[in-house]
Formats: sequence, structure tokens, C-alpha cells
Amino acid sequence: MSPTSIFAPLSTPAESIFELSILVLAIAAAIFVVVAALLVYSLVKFRRKRNDDGREPAQVYGSLQVELAWTITPVIIVLVLFLASARVVFAVQDAPRTKDSLEVTVVGHQFWWEYRYPGLKVVTANELHVPVGMRTFLNLLSADTDHSFWVPRLAGKTDLIPNHPNRMWIEPQETGLYLGQCAQYCGTQHAKMLLRVYVDSREDFDRWARQQAAAARDDGRVAEGRRMFEQTACINCHTVSGTAANGRFGPDLTHLMSRGTLGAGVASNTPENLRAWIRRPDDFKPGSLMPPMGLSESQLDAVTAYLSTLQ
Amino acid sequence: MSTASANPDWVLPDRGRVGMFSLFASESAIFVIFIVAYLFYAGKSVSGPTASVLHLPVLLTVCLLSSSWTIHRAVAGLRRGEVGSFAGFWVATIVLGAVFLGGTALEWRHLIHDEGLTIRTNLFGTTYYSLVGLHAFHVTVGLIALATVALLTAGGHVKREHAARVDLLGLYWHFVDVVWIAVFLVVYVVGR
Amino acid sequence: MATTDVGWIDAGTRPRPLVDRLHEWVTTVDHKRLGLLYVGYGLLFLVIGGIEATILRLQLVRPHNGFVSPQVFNQMFTMHGTTMIFFVAMPIVFGFANYLVPLMIGARDMAFPRLNAFSFWLTAFSGLFLYFSFVGGFGLYGAGTAPDVGWFAYAPLTAKTFSPGHSTDYWTLALLVSGFGSIGTAINIIATILSMRCPGMTLGKMPLLVWLNLVMAGLVILAVSPLTAAQIMLLVDRYLGGHFFDTQAGGSAVLWMHFFWVFGHPEVYVLVLPAFAFASEIIPVFSRKAMFGYPVMVAATVAIGFISMSVWAHHMFTVGMTAAGNTFFVLTTMAIAVPTGIKIFNWLATMWGGKIYFKAPMLFCIAFLFQFLVAGLTGVMMSSAPFDWQLGNSYFVVAHFHYVIVGGILFCIFAAFYYWYPKVTGRMYSETLAKAHFWLFVIGFHLTFDSMHVPGLLGMPRRIYTYEPGRGWDTWHLVTTIGVAFQAAGVLAFVFNLVRSYVRGRPAGSDPWDAWTLEWSTTSPPPEYNYASVPVVKSRRPLWDLKHPEDPDWKYE
Repeated sequence: MSPTSIFAPLSTPAESIFELSILVLAIAAAIFVVVAALLVYSLVKFRRKRNDDGREPAQVYGSLQVELAWTITPVIIVLVLFLASARVVFAVQDAPRTKDSLEVTVVGHQFWWEYRYPGLKVVTANELHVPVGMRTFLNLLSADTDHSFWVPRLAGKTDLIPNHPNRMWIEPQETGLYLGQCAQYCGTQHAKMLLRVYVDSREDFDRWARQQAAAARDDGRVAEGRRMFEQTACINCHTVSGTAANGRFGPDLTHLMSRGTLGAGVASNTPENLRAWIRRPDDFKPGSLMPPMGLSESQLDAVTAYLSTLQ
Repeated sequence: MSTASANPDWVLPDRGRVGMFSLFASESAIFVIFIVAYLFYAGKSVSGPTASVLHLPVLLTVCLLSSSWTIHRAVAGLRRGEVGSFAGFWVATIVLGAVFLGGTALEWRHLIHDEGLTIRTNLFGTTYYSLVGLHAFHVTVGLIALATVALLTAGGHVKREHAARVDLLGLYWHFVDVVWIAVFLVVYVVGR
Repeated sequence: MATTDVGWIDAGTRPRPLVDRLHEWVTTVDHKRLGLLYVGYGLLFLVIGGIEATILRLQLVRPHNGFVSPQVFNQMFTMHGTTMIFFVAMPIVFGFANYLVPLMIGARDMAFPRLNAFSFWLTAFSGLFLYFSFVGGFGLYGAGTAPDVGWFAYAPLTAKTFSPGHSTDYWTLALLVSGFGSIGTAINIIATILSMRCPGMTLGKMPLLVWLNLVMAGLVILAVSPLTAAQIMLLVDRYLGGHFFDTQAGGSAVLWMHFFWVFGHPEVYVLVLPAFAFASEIIPVFSRKAMFGYPVMVAATVAIGFISMSVWAHHMFTVGMTAAGNTFFVLTTMAIAVPTGIKIFNWLATMWGGKIYFKAPMLFCIAFLFQFLVAGLTGVMMSSAPFDWQLGNSYFVVAHFHYVIVGGILFCIFAAFYYWYPKVTGRMYSETLAKAHFWLFVIGFHLTFDSMHVPGLLGMPRRIYTYEPGRGWDTWHLVTTIGVAFQAAGVLAFVFNLVRSYVRGRPAGSDPWDAWTLEWSTTSPPPEYNYASVPVVKSRRPLWDLKHPEDPDWKYE
């Protein structure tokens, strides 16, 4: 069972689309069967036979009734499909906010996802957490080129276009991890701008949000690594809240270790992978916009140790 | 084009005119896109000069539109075989067109030096110079063609039998004028 | 079907020096020669585009493959798409139009022969210019500086900030120049058809191929021009500091999308109408019946032309237009299915009650009918905007449009090659090799493009150089890639057939198919002047009238 199948919806907008798609597929299949059958029949019945007398068949130039019949029938089919589609368009696009709906701002970057929860004072990256059974509205922005947010089991895709804010919503019915990826070509590493949406129970979500809103852990044992982090160019791109690092170009690292993957899903978040990523991101994601930092082996150890404490 | 001799009743449109009108369709589509961009961005510049810095180019418009009249007279003269009349009105057309271009150049110099409006200043600058510039480019191309015909006329090569061909050039010139009416309305009337 | 024996025209003369003959080809203004140049050019780039596709498929045959780097992959899909549309499909379409339209209207050449030549050479040059991008810039490192922004080059990815260097400029300038060539040819086609028909051939008596090319030319004029405008704007942005699509300065990325798709959608009708034209000439002849419903076919064609200018934003259902905006484009897109379906029904009705000959041209047209039906239906699926919110920008779209372009258009082009090959060369092709081509290609086509729909349904976006395992996509990609081998084999059989038959094919005579339009009344190949005396026609099928004087068409039209 594919985790990204459009035919396995678990969220209201995806379900609306799925129901409509069944109707559309049924009509298309019916049309195909009828027309293909007529084609096959005509090929068999009117093929030139071996004992053909060489005379030309009766020349038929047209028939107004027949033309009307196969004009009017498609027009009716089109009307049915149109009305069914229009209904879903308006229902999904103009869905209202509910009493307890959540608002998340999603900012697309080359090649990672930034998530901000203004109401909860949470800023994180690449792994989106939402509560189950509730409507979450995603306000879609872009920091650079066009992107698209596509998690098939939760909703249809909506693009993130710079200077053109968009809005979409999901309403997941079951907890779990939902997968997707960027669906608008955005440059070299478009393929590895993966999406991971964790749908949590209300309690789990509240706990996660509280933890994310807290400032970064300050573990004295990795002071060396933290000093290195703050003195190298790392802080130009990354934020670790409560420290000198407040760059916005790259993902927020305050709670890096709460994420299951690195580099927008390109590798699992283990100390070895983390170290290798910092050493040379191109090994995982050639063309990613994080440059190799040119750190020595011991410097890498120290910085990795520091980042590993950012729960 | 020999079919007419065998069947004098079989008359089809002149291919030069069909070709020229097809060209007009294509050029119109290009101008429509620039006009759409202009209108889309009208009023959206967050900084820099806006359309209020533009002066209504009345004199230039009168020159350009009059040149349609002079070229019409020129072609009519050539049809009657009056090459002298043709030449006079033809040169008048070129002069009027040149005045239009010169005036546009002066206006642009004023906009750049006095108002600080360039193509990169803001959305207005980009769309204004592109649209008006595209039109001015077409005027320039037209003037080069007209000047070529003028030179040929000076050499005594243009005669009555060339009237249909010269008329096609006249059609192009009229088209350029019609486009100017559209540009004028969009930039100086609606957009301001 | 009756055949006649005609002797070779050039028999007995010594061939002129090679330099002279090449010079003749380079300076020709003859519509038949230019037609062959266009088609030959398109075939050459078909092979190149096919190699690019093969590279893409080899990279995608399994997840996390390392056949090419992401940079090279992105250049490959950009060049593959740009090449196939602008330097394969359009030249072939223009080439056939050039060769056939004057012949079928009883004219001696196109309206503007020198413009014709100029337009061809503009297109030819711009293709070479685009490909120079592989070696320009950094030389042969990676794939040079070939464009990597996708064939529709969305803003702001094409801005100087996100596409430094010149790769985007190669794309923009090549298409700008070839656009002028296309517009020139379109002007020529329109003027030829309106002003140079032979006596008696009113608009209602032109072959359907001529009607379809007339509407196609009108679409080129209305559609390519917006692309030209948008590309000028892009150049203004990149080189003069303009802000048309500069989102950092208030410009709109969506505006580029609108301008591009105002071109992009009618463009696909530019490509498909000539394919319909071929089917409309071939199906009647190989069913031995007149086209069913000629006036309706004309009306449907014109309707398609008009409606196609109003559907463009169905490529933009996910960009955040209003619900009302989306709904409008749902309606127009579904509406265009009606005249298109009418055409399929009319072809079916032409075959109905006829005597079908299963020769290569007809085999390819029959496959076209089935495949175009499927392609149209997947299009209808995506015209429903909510369904498109899932299907859009996924491999389902890629499968759909390849189904139309390969399964529909290319199959008709193959049909046309076989149908008119005897007329152009004076020789018959090998029917056995042609059937081998057909079966190999049909098998390969379905292996590749039927499978390709599924990853889209399972969540795979397009334009990704690799993909994650465990999503259910892997096996489908393997099958898709395997199909490439069959298609390549089919194309090899095709090219081999063309070449071998030119040398060894049996003489075809002027009318090997016992057909009914004017081109079959002159020799094969036609003389430079096409017709010794200008034909006079009374009906849509002048040769039917000649062959059936007791029962001519003009009694019934």
C-alpha cells in the first residue's frame, strides 16, 4: 500500500477529491468502453474481406441526426462533470475557519520547509506536526522560487509562490506519519525537498508545541562546540533560540534532535549522518545551498556534539 | 499567380494583403501582452515615480496620426501615376514619423534625467519603457522601410505599377498608428 | 486498388556535382524542398530528443540511482521537452504543411517562397543555437551550460538570481528566434490557402488537411506571439534590470505562467490539428469512403481553435486562483472535449460501412484513434480541478501529454510518412518493415506510457532526478524504461525502411493508393512546378469525380 497514494485519503479535502474522482473515473471508463467497443467492432466487421469484389462501398457523406446525437450526449456529460467539479472547488477553496482551527505559516525555501506557528510561538523546519481531528490552515509563502506542498493522503497540492500568498487546509482523521514532497520544480534539489507531516493526538501535539516553543537547551558539556558554532558562519544562516545564532536563510536548529530526518528528509537524523552532513552536504544533496564548512575533524566532532544536545 | 488568366471569375484575396493582415494579428497579440502587463502593474509600484510624471504627448500624437493621412495621399498619388505627388507626401510621412521618434527620445531624456525614471526603477518604469519602446521600435522599422522606398524613388525606380506593393507598406504604417492609439489610451488616459 | 506505371523523370541524365546539389538545397525556395528540409531536421532532432529521454529513463529505472547527476538530469528534461516541441514536432508539422498544402490546393508554390526559406533557416539556426549551450560556457563539463529551468521556464527560477550564467538565455533566445520563423511560416500558410487555391476550390471544397492547417496557422499567430512577448520581457528582466517577473521587487511569477500558458495550450493544438489532418486524409482512403460529416469536421476544427485560446489556466489549477477563476477554466476545458469527441466519432463513422485496408498508414491511424481516446479521457480527468489538485504536476500529467504527443501525434506522423512516401520519393516503402515498426513501437509505447500513469496516481511529482523507495513506484519505472528499447527498435526499423526503400523500393506511380485529392494526379515525385496546367475542381474529391464520372461527388455535396 503506497503511503502517497491519492486513492487512500485520510483527511477531509483529500476525501472530497477522492469521491469526485470516482465519479470522473466511472464516466471516463464508460466512455472508453463504449467507444473502444465500437472501434473494435467496426475494424472487424468492415475489414476488407479476402473475397472482395473490388467495388467501392456506398459513399455516405454525413447525417445530421447522428451528429446531433453525438454532440448533445457529450454536452450533457460535460455539464454533469462540470457541476460536480464546481461544487468541490468551492467547498474546498472557500472552507471556513472553525472554532479551534490551527494556523501554520509554511515558507518554501530551496530546498527545505520552514514552519511557523504564530499562535504558539513555534518555529521549526521540515517536519510538520498537526493535531488529529482538527482543521489546520497552512498559509503558504516562498522565500525564493516556486514550490508546491503535496501530501496526497491529506489534500491536493497547492503552490508556494513568492509574492503570492496561498492558503490551504487539512483535516486529518487518523494519527500517523504522512509523506509527500515538493511538487513544483524549484531547482537542483527539487527531488529531495521531502515532506513529513506528523498527525498527533491532541495531548501529544500540545506537548510537542510546548517543547518546541522553549529556548534551546544549554548543556555546559558541549560549550566548546557551541562556541565553534557561534564563531563560524553557521550563525549567518541558522537560528538557535536563546543564543547569538539568528540567521534566517537556513532551517531553525533550536530543536534539531526532535526531528527524525535531516536535510528535508534526505537522511535519518543520526550522529553519523549529522556529522557527515555538516562536513559536506553535497554528499547527501548535491546542489543544496548549504556549503561545506571546511571544518577539521575535531571541529566537526565538537559541533556535532553540540547540535546533538538540541532536543 | 497565373490562375486568374484561365478563369477570370475566380478571384481570391490578394496574398500581400492577407499576409500583412496576418502579421497585424500576430503583432497585435504581442502588444496585447505588453498592455496586459502594463495594466496589471498599474498603481502597484511601491516606490519611485508613477504615471503622474508623464506629459500628454499631444503634438507627437498629432504628428503620427497625420502621417497616416500623408501616406494615404502618397499611395493615392502613386496609383494615379503622379510620382511627384507620391514622393512629396512620402517624404512628409517620414518627417512626421521622425518627429514622433525624436519627441519620444526627448521625453525619455526628461524622464530619465529629471524624474529619475529608468526601466529598472520600479514596475512602472519597466512596463512603461517596454510598451512605449516596443511601439517606437516598430515606428523605427517602418521608417527604415519608408526611407528605403524614398531612396528608390529618388533613383527613379518607383513607378505606378508598384502602387499595390507600396500600399502594403502604407498598411503597415496605418497599423503602427492604430497601435499608438491603443498605447496612448492605455498609458496616458486609463493608466494615469 | 489500381496502380499505374510511370517512368522515372530523371532517367538518363548525369548527376550534377555534389557542391552544386548542396547549394541548390541551401538556397532553395521551393516548398517541396523546404518541406523535406523541415521534416529531415525534425527527424534528426527526434533522435536527439530520444537520446535525452533515454538518459532520463535510465536514471529513473530504480530509486536513488546515480546514472547522472541532478544537474545533468535537470538539463536533460529541459532540453528534451524544448527539443521535442520546438525542434521536432513544429518543424515536422510545418514541413508536411509546406509540402502538401500547395499540392492539395492546386498551386505551384507557397504565397511567399523567400519568406518560406527565411523562416526555415531561422528555425534551423535557433535549434543549433540551443544545442550550442551544451558546449558553450564551461565547455563539456557536466552538460555545459544547457538550460535547466524546465521547458516552461517558470519565474522566478529564470531570474538572474536563481539562474546565473547564460543557460536560461540560450533557451530564451533560441525560442525567440524560432518563434519568428514559426510566425513567418504561419503567415505563409494562411496567405497560400486564402489566396492561391485553384479555380473551383472554394473554402468548402478544400481537403480537410488544408482546413486543419489553416486553423493551425491561425493558432500559431495568436499563440506564439504571446510567448515572444513574454520572452522579450524575460530578457528585459535579466539584462536591463526590469521587474516583469521579479518577485523580489513586486513582480508576479503568476503573470509569467499566464503568458506562457496562453501560448502553451494553443501550442498543443498547433501540434495536434495537423495530426488530425493526416488522419482525415488517410482514414477515408483506407476505408474506401468519403469523410463522414465534412462540414461538421470543419466546424469542430474551428471551434477547437477558438476554445483552445480560453483554456490555458487549467495548467494553473494549483497556483491559487480564486474558486470562480478555477471554475471558469474547468468549464472551458471540458467544453473543448465536445468538438474533439465529435471528430473521433466522425472518423469512426467514416470507417463504418467501408472496406478497411490494414496497410501501414491505416494501422498507425487506428492505433491513434484508440490512444487519442485514452489521452483525451485522462485530459478530461484533469479538467476537473479538484482531481487535478492531486494529478497536476505529477507523473500522471507526464503520461497524459506523452500519450497525446507520442500516442496521438507521432503515430499520425508515422502514418503520414508512409502514406505520402510514394508521392515524395516515387518509390513504395517495404510494408513488412513498416508492420515491424508498427508492432515494435505499439508494444514499446504501451509498456512505457501505460505504466507511467501509475506513479502519478501514487504521489510522484514530475521533474525529480530520483525518488524514494517504498512508495510503490519502482516496478512501474522499470517497465516504463523497458518500453524505450522497443520504441527505439521501432524507430530504427522506420529509418531503415525510409532509406532502403528510397534506393530499392518498387516504383510507386502517381497514385498507388487509388486516392482522391489533387496531389495524386501529378507524378511521383511531383515536378518542380507541381502541375503542368492548373487544375479546376468541382468537389472535395476531384479524383473521385474523374474515376467515377457516373457518380461524382459534386452531385451530393
